[in-house]
Amino acid sequence: MAIARAGLTHLERLESESIEIFREVAASFERPVMMYSIGKDSSVLLHLARKAFYPSRIPFPLLHIDTTWKFREMIAFRDRTAEEYGFELRVHTNPEGLAANINPFDHGSARYTDIMKTQALRQALNAGQYDAAIGGARRDEEKSRAKERIFSHRNASHAWDPKNQRPELWRVFNTRLNPGESMRVFPLSNWTELDIWTYIYAENIPIVPLYFADKRPVVERSGTLIMVDDDRFRLESGEEPREEVVRFRTLGCYPLTGAIRSSAATLAEVIMEMQASRTSEREGRLIDSDQAGSMEKKKQEGYF
Amino acid sequence: MSVTASVTPDTDIALWLAQQTDKSLLRFLTCGSVDDGKSTLIGRLLYDSQLILDDQLASLKKESRNRHVGDEGIDFSLLVDGLVAEREQGITIDVAYRFFSTDKRKFIVADTPGHEQYTRNMATGASNADLALLLVDARKGLLTQTRRHSFILSLIGVKHVVLVVNKIDLVGYDADTFAAIESDYRRFAQGLGFKSIAAVPVSALRGDNIVTSSANTPWYQGAPLLPYLEEIVVDEDRSDAPFRFPVQWVNRPNLDFRGFSGTVASGTVAIGDEILVAASRKPAKIARIVTMDGDREEAIAGQAVTLVLDREIDISRGDVLTHPGKTPEYSNQFQAEVVWMAEEPAFPGRSYLLKLGTQLIPATITDLKYRTDVNTLDKIAAKSLELNEVGTITIATDKPIAFDPYAENGTTGGFILIDRIANQTLGAGTVTFGLRRAHNLTYQSFDVNREVRAQLKGQSPSIVWFTGLSGSGKSTVANLMEKRLTAEGRHTYILDGDNVRHGLNKDLGFTEAARVENIRRVAEVARLMADAGLIVLVSFISPFRNERRIAREIAGDIRFLEAYVDTPLEVCEARDPKGLYARARAGEIKNFTGIDSPFEAPERADITLHGAEKTPEEMADELYARLMG
Repeated sequence: MAIARAGLTHLERLESESIEIFREVAASFERPVMMYSIGKDSSVLLHLARKAFYPSRIPFPLLHIDTTWKFREMIAFRDRTAEEYGFELRVHTNPEGLAANINPFDHGSARYTDIMKTQALRQALNAGQYDAAIGGARRDEEKSRAKERIFSHRNASHAWDPKNQRPELWRVFNTRLNPGESMRVFPLSNWTELDIWTYIYAENIPIVPLYFADKRPVVERSGTLIMVDDDRFRLESGEEPREEVVRFRTLGCYPLTGAIRSSAATLAEVIMEMQASRTSEREGRLIDSDQAGSMEKKKQEGYF
Repeated sequence: MSVTASVTPDTDIALWLAQQTDKSLLRFLTCGSVDDGKSTLIGRLLYDSQLILDDQLASLKKESRNRHVGDEGIDFSLLVDGLVAEREQGITIDVAYRFFSTDKRKFIVADTPGHEQYTRNMATGASNADLALLLVDARKGLLTQTRRHSFILSLIGVKHVVLVVNKIDLVGYDADTFAAIESDYRRFAQGLGFKSIAAVPVSALRGDNIVTSSANTPWYQGAPLLPYLEEIVVDEDRSDAPFRFPVQWVNRPNLDFRGFSGTVASGTVAIGDEILVAASRKPAKIARIVTMDGDREEAIAGQAVTLVLDREIDISRGDVLTHPGKTPEYSNQFQAEVVWMAEEPAFPGRSYLLKLGTQLIPATITDLKYRTDVNTLDKIAAKSLELNEVGTITIATDKPIAFDPYAENGTTGGFILIDRIANQTLGAGTVTFGLRRAHNLTYQSFDVNREVRAQLKGQSPSIVWFTGLSGSGKSTVANLMEKRLTAEGRHTYILDGDNVRHGLNKDLGFTEAARVENIRRVAEVARLMADAGLIVLVSFISPFRNERRIAREIAGDIRFLEAYVDTPLEVCEARDPKGLYARARAGEIKNFTGIDSPFEAPERADITLHGAEKTPEEMADELYARLMG
């Protein structure tokens, strides 16, 4: 980025703020971990972590909660990225969920998400005895996140108490914990969706190709385009996957993530398309709309 | 004017993206109650910057029927109404952050609703704000609340204020009303230290003077609100201030590289600059300024970099690098303003953890000079500070730290106080000035007493008085206890025959009178040590009820635990670790407890440990639970 001599640009300010947060975590906690979900926000988070500690390597592992239903391209991207940058990648899947074959088709998105994501996350955090878990959540995403601290305290059972948050002034973060407690840390708190995209553009950050339009096999179900990513997908009778030029605005588990018809095949085109469209980005995310106040409830249970 | 980019496929993509990446950032907070139209104003800014999506807009219009609407048919306050719903659910909203942007700038709004905890919330929101929008109702003019908000802004050091005179339509767009409010405010705000004050007459509901100049106020020559917010320069001064670099993290990937990572808090640093470590006064030169994007020639305030020096000097997290001749204060005492944010009040003499920049250190409030009534600005004598109160205090840190007055540097002058046990953030403070001996600081305002000393150590002083036969396991348990307490950072001391008989009591023999005197002296020493704040473990046979009673009496109001290590004589004699029982049986030692001198077992020990049944570790666990529980 260019040096703005008369003060920093907003992206430069956001970048150095995030770097400062990363360094504070490394300096203040014994066993930090960074959540890595492979999406565009994770790509930005990873880029910032590399910047924060350069020339050192990232001094903590990255953790991916693998539901086993991620897009294959996501997993390939994850492994490629880990190899290229040489960070320590830890992958956890809920073994009981796996044994019981918990999947989004038979068990519904709410139950599936609870077992394969929330519970899996808790298992992994407990097993790793992590005292700080860094995540990529932003305050502009959702109402309950708008009031969450950057250093967000969790009790010994990973629960968030929104009524009893520590005041957070300036950039003086209270990182103190009692035994068993932990901290969730959100370096992207003050970034918006658009900031993420423009930063990816400005810094030329690699993201999963699924964000760009390409021919992909999809079926249409009640107005949502679902990609048939492998042969575990249950086609209904008469349903036939057809090739369409689509892309994804958010990435998650493939049976729960809607694609959009789009020809935006470059980063600039994606950003232009996003700016031109006047509907909410969160529409494709099924978890938010399961029930009113669902995010806040999930966060109290330990979800990121 | 077009407020945000209305992007079409024809737009020059590269140009638009360049514009997005080069935008500056303004963080502001909004003050004013719902009655003043704060929600409507925020909603209006979001709407006018075209941040409201089509689906939201449609439902908004539907909801706005039968409500107080402007020409657009929308009740803008509904846009921030999520908060109201949350309030009904009983969730405390302290600060919510909202985001919007225009072609020129990105904005982060700290929205701090709620009246009850207003001071705390406003201070939190203000701490990261460059500017404040202070709303007043044109019909009401300045209120107590306006003054309170202004004081808090000034306390936290928000330098730029926009007095938003709202509902100007309801006073018939009257120029005189506006002029009166503006001049009232400017008079009041003298001395609050604001760098800029602007007053704008608006109607948030109707959109007057929000984005474009209103035809209804031809007498108003200033900029409308949003263009004003887009243009105001707020961060020009930090790069001109003296260089401050709080070291956050020592960057040591291998033996060949040692860098100091941190964010330039103020000023500018360039390769070749002489620098000084504020605490050690050790000098060095900047050899490299490292980032992942390549080395830089210089770094300015706000940039996160890694500095490499031309020589090896001892620097760690918490150190502050500066230029020689412009160093921060370095002292263990300073005066500060503090906003108290916890239910538990602040008292002089209490010890806390203080975090300032990257420095974390135990600190004590040495004096509460007065509290300031946030409504009248009167200074009132006070013995404690309650939640949401603002006070002027002096603070002593355990060791000297580097700091600046907050007015000169917000990063090296702002601090938080943390509870040493519960780890809650209790208060936020701003350094007014450093205190040295020349400033004649005294501790007279409070007595240094046992509580104060114990607070400083973060423990409650106690005497654990072990009693039991020789070989019963007293010393073993006492040693285990001491190790455990010390590992937890507590300060302890063991008094036993070994360290007392050879010094303090070497003039005493083993007659009954001498043994009583022995115990009396030990009890007095234990009391002094506990008074100094220690946890004292006394390990003496102390066989007589009377002498243990005396020891308890000498302890006075100090917590005294009588711990009886009840191990039967046969067991002790069988163990006989020092061969004393054998010698006593042989008549070589006279007056040996259990053999030819009685042991009066306690009738009501505070805790009885069964040495024949339990391991020393188990006994230590029981005792620990009793002592700390």
